[in-house]
Order: sequence, then C-alpha cells, then structure tokens
Amino acid sequence: MHSHGWQYIPDLKNVTLTEEFRGFPILTETEDKSDLERAAKLCPTGAITTEPLTLDMGECLFCGECARCAKQNIRFTNNYRIAATRREDLVVKAGQTEPVFNREAVRDDISKYFGEALELREVSAGGDCSVEMELNATGNVNFDFGRYGVGFTASPRHSDGLVLTGPISSNMAEALDICYNSIAEPKILVVCGSEAISGGLFADSPAVDRSFLDKYKVDLWLPGAPTHPMCFIDGITRLREKK
Amino acid sequence: MNLYLKTNNIASAVKLADIPTVEYLDLYNDLVERMQDKRYHIAHYFATEVEKGLKFFILLLDDATGEVLISSFQPDYYSEEGLASLTAIHQQFHPFEREMHELYGIKFNGHPWLKPLRFSHDRRDKQSTMDNYPFYTIEGNELHEVNVGPIHAGIIEPGAFRFICNGEQVLHLEIALGYQHRGVEGEMVRNQNRLRQTLISESTAGDTAVGHATAYAELVEKLSDKGISSDLKRERVVAIELERIAMHLADTGALATDIGFQLYQVACEALRTVTINTTQAWCGNRFGKSLIRPFGSNFPLTEAKIETIRKNIADVRRRYNEVRTDILEAPTLLARFEQCGLVPTEEMWHIGGVGMAARSSNLMRDIRATHPSGFYAEEFHHEPVVKQDCDVMSRLATRLDEVLQSADYIESLLKDYKPSTEISAPDYDAKLSTDSLSFSVIEGWRGEICHVALTDEEGNIAKYKIKDPSVHNWLGLAIAVRSEGISDFPINNKSFNLSYCGHDL
Repeated sequence: MHSHGWQYIPDLKNVTLTEEFRGFPILTETEDKSDLERAAKLCPTGAITTEPLTLDMGECLFCGECARCAKQNIRFTNNYRIAATRREDLVVKAGQTEPVFNREAVRDDISKYFGEALELREVSAGGDCSVEMELNATGNVNFDFGRYGVGFTASPRHSDGLVLTGPISSNMAEALDICYNSIAEPKILVVCGSEAISGGLFADSPAVDRSFLDKYKVDLWLPGAPTHPMCFIDGITRLREKK
Repeated sequence: MNLYLKTNNIASAVKLADIPTVEYLDLYNDLVERMQDKRYHIAHYFATEVEKGLKFFILLLDDATGEVLISSFQPDYYSEEGLASLTAIHQQFHPFEREMHELYGIKFNGHPWLKPLRFSHDRRDKQSTMDNYPFYTIEGNELHEVNVGPIHAGIIEPGAFRFICNGEQVLHLEIALGYQHRGVEGEMVRNQNRLRQTLISESTAGDTAVGHATAYAELVEKLSDKGISSDLKRERVVAIELERIAMHLADTGALATDIGFQLYQVACEALRTVTINTTQAWCGNRFGKSLIRPFGSNFPLTEAKIETIRKNIADVRRRYNEVRTDILEAPTLLARFEQCGLVPTEEMWHIGGVGMAARSSNLMRDIRATHPSGFYAEEFHHEPVVKQDCDVMSRLATRLDEVLQSADYIESLLKDYKPSTEISAPDYDAKLSTDSLSFSVIEGWRGEICHVALTDEEGNIAKYKIKDPSVHNWLGLAIAVRSEGISDFPINNKSFNLSYCGHDL
C-alpha cells in the first residue's frame, strides 16, 4: 500500500478545477438575440431570461447546452466559488465578472459560534444521490474538510445546522421540518444543489412540497448539479469568517 | 395462439398495433408455466390509461436467445373481479403488481403483499400515507421492533426500515420506501423538450447518471431511423464502464468503513476521486452528467482525453489490485463478510434479482452478455463475473473482479482508438416514430435498467416508465439480513447499495 502516496489537497483555499468544469457563467449582451432565444427555449429549467440577459444559477443544472447554442452570449468558467448568502445574488447579469457573496447578509453570530467547529445534519428530500455523495466527499481523504472543524453528524440534537438537498419531495416534507426543529438555536440552514434551491427539473412537479423554504431563513445557497465539494468548502469557509 | 411479439434489444421500436392484445387468462397461464424456467425474467410490466379503462404491457427477457417478448391485454373496464396475481406464483412480479394496485386500485387476487410501493402523488387511495404504512408485525413478549429512518445516520437518502428482532437476531426486515418520490415519470411526459428529458434521466439516480441517460438515449434512437456511429457507441461504453469502476470503488470503500478497515477505506476514496475526476476532465461533471446525449455527443474524445483516461485508469487498476490482494488475505475482514447475508441462488431467482447482486448469488443476469446493445453488440465479448457464495463477501468479490475487468475493457476500447470525426452534436428534434413502443435495457453498475416509452400519433412521448435495478433488489437486502445480527445490517446494506431515488422515482 506504500505506493498510494499522499492524497489530500494541501491548500483548500488554492484549488483550480479542470477547464471542462462548468461553474460561474459570464454573460454578454449582443444586438442579435436569436441564438440566445434558442438557448433560453432549450434550457430545461428556464434559467435564462433574454430581456435583459440573466442566468439564474439557482435554477441552472450546468449542462452547458446554452453555451453551445449561444456562444457569443454565454460562457461557463471553471470558477466554483458560486456560493451566495442571498437567493437573488445567484441571478447572474450580463457583464458581471465575479459571483456575488454578500457579507452583510451573514449573521454576526455565525463566526462567533461556528468559527471553530461546525457540525451539520444533512437531510435529503428527493435528492438524486449525487449531491449527497459530494457532501460525503468533502470529508474524505482527498478534501478532508474535517481539518477545519467541519463535519456531519448523525443526530440533529448534536448539530449546528441543516444542509438540505433535493427538491423537497412531499413525502419527506414533514420529516425535514421535524429534523430542522430538533436542532437547537443558534443554527444555520444551508441549501445545497440547484434542485434544492429552485426545485430544478421538479419545480412544477405535483410530488414536491417546497413550503419549508417559505418558513425558514436560509444562510447559504450552493448551486450545482451536484454542488462540487469545492463549492461547498469555499462557501462554508467564507460563511464562518469573521466580518 | 400468438401471445407475444418477439423482438430484441437492438431492433427499432415496435408499432403498438403489432403487439398482440390477448386475454389475461391466456397470458397468465403461459407465464405461470414459462417463468419456471430461469432463462426468462421480467423487464417491465405496467398499465396505462386508454380511452376506455386501462391497457397493460409486459416485457419479458429471454436470456437464452436474447429475445424480448412483448404482450398486452385490456381487461373489461367494468369488471370488478380483478386479476389473478402472478406474484402468488412467481415472486418477481411483486413490485409491478404493487405499483399498478397503488396507482389504479387494480385488485391482484392472491397477491401476498399488496402494499403501497412508493406512495406516488397520483396514487388511487390518498388515505394511504407514509404515516400509516402497514408494517408486518409479530405478536410476542420476547420480540422487539427497531425502527430506523426515514432519516438515517449518515449522508444518505431516506427510507424507513423496520426490524423485528429476537434479542440481537433479525427475524424480519421490512423496507418502506417512497420518501424520495419526485414524480419522475410524470415529468418525462409533461414537457417534450428532449434535453430536459435527458437531464431527468440523468437525475433519476444521480449515481447512475450515465446508465439512465444511456437508457434514455437508446430508447429515443430506436424511435428514429437516423442511427448513430460505431464510435459514439464505443465512447458510451467507456463512459458506463468508468461509472461502474467509480461506484464499485465507492462500495469497496464503504464496506471497509463499516468494519473499521480504515486504510482500505481511504485508499478507495482516493481511487474513486481519481476515477470521477477523470470523468470530470472528460465532460466537466464528476458523475458524467452531460456526457450522454441522444444521437450525438458534446464531448467526443480527443487525443489528450484518451491519454488521460488510459493513464488514470491504468493507475487505478494497479493500485486497486493491491487493495484487492490485501482484502482477499485479511482474516478479520473475511470473518465478518463470509457466510453473512446469504441470499441463495433459488431465492435470488424467485425475487427477480438482477445485476451484480444476482451474479454474486450465482445467478447469471447481465444484459451486456444476454441482451447486448450499443457497442456491446458489436466487436465486444463480455464474460460476466459470477460468484458462488451468495454472501456479503461474494458481493464484494464481484466488485473486486469487475473493477479490473472494466479497466481492461476501457484500455482495450481506447488502445488503438483515434479521435472520431464521425460523432455529431446531439439532436433533440429528430422526428420520432408514431404510435410505437420503444424500450431499452442497459446493464448499469447495479444491474438492469429498463426504460419504456409509448408514443402518440404525433411521435410525442405519451407514457414513460423507468425501472431501476433497485426495484428488484431491495427485497434481496431484506432477505439477506434474516437471522443475522442486527449489527450486521450496515455491511449487508453496503453490499447491495441500492438506490432510493431510482426506486421512488
């Protein structure tokens, strides 16, 4: 087994993903909107508006098809630092070169209570298993997010917050609510994956019930299909930093 | 009398009018007889609403000839007699009859276990809810019940497990699913946007994105005479074998975790990382989402990517083989896994077990060998890995061998392969055959994935049915833990690693 070598990423704050990875999109307005209109029509979740040009990363599944349709207008970069503290910041506008992470929206008590250690309870409510596997990966030998005191715990009673994945299937809505309310205050709520953020492909399905998100305030939104472990690590790290 | 239309897994879609519509009793009598032969097993069985009542379709696989047998029947709408249950004779029909009972209230007379399958949003009886699932119970002062879920201890999908135990020993486990139900099949037909349909297939079970997307793509391609190039077929096989390697590595690691075999857990985590990062370097997504598209690809392999895949997979193969050798020689590991979680061959056959779990119980079910499609049906010879011991170790040993086998397949597929000029961009607008039934059967890493679609008079997809292999195999897990200590549930669970979302849809 000695040939397996070192596996961990030495510096989690300095990671560049492969060029093929689709993260933050750069949008450019053009006179001719025909390509863009085709892309907007093809988009499986209706994440693109054409007047004005915007792309909602909370709805986007990062399939990249729009960027092939409308090469002049949409280009995905490999920037995975796309976490947001407000839902509206996930809507990317034309000309925007960086994702928006609004520090003002971060509650003061988060760094105070969770800056040293943060234990989270994950609940999958219709998640497709890929987001869940990526959350598991954040703690594995490669990413080892545990070195910063962040981990996942079995009981909500032992946790400092909830990470929600999946579009919230109606059959899980009650269990999710009970779990969230079993966590003592202060606590954080993280919504992980575009399907959790907007419902994704199942936004209009009669089998989902998204009322949970109307009731509770979300501290961190993490887009992706699935959310890349580096997006989660980067978002949680910035959420815990002192202002 | 001709009960079936006979076709295979590579032929074009069939016209609905060509499928015999028979008397149920004739079909029933034939199936009672026919299914005694292990060469047959059920691929799908579902009902669909037609103008007057319901029409039922059944798809059988013949492992001996590679044929697919399709039949249909349409019972009298006004009859309240119900249908004689096939499950009463052959257990493998159970999830299908349960689903039809749940959705349409059809009575299957004699069905021993006619419980809700997934609490679908459009079920017939809305009084039946997750909260009042009719768990089996046994009276007695010496027994106790253990309820686990729907939320489990780790980062894992939800499902409810009810154990009946005598001390530490499990007498019975019942698994109630449906918490993950998102309305997948309904969403497949609500909107004819085929990119959207492809993405829904990819997220049917996110750990089998390539498998389910391939099933969708092949199904759609069978509804058109456009055809796809041999190179595209070859690249799809590379993708699905990469997915198989990645998930078998994940499960080897998960089994190691559960017995505190920590070094091998982290070794597998590292190897899986290399594998899925290879997929990411190919298509931008670690799970292969965006890689499989109907009629073409957005990511034809380049010389550089071929080199990356070959180099990384050769490395994974070499290092996994070290893990494998150590596992096979570790007495502490063997003591936990051997003779634990037995599902004898006969039992596995009765419940309709498929895929690697079936092969680990000495039951040869492998679509790549029996009903090959795509590149598997071209210059490709697949020799299935079959194990005899029917236990947790068998299910691990199948993975130990299949990782090496898949790595060898990838190497041989890419060795002399030059980047193709023939792979076109995907096509989401091709005209599809009207009034047809199209199906695809794919050997995903868990086992047999089956998609079936019915098109209307305009070539739109009017009905879509998905079967993840987990639909068959969940009962296998329940059987495996009988008489085991309850503390051995985790290793049994990991040895199957079944899909909740793929089952619940």
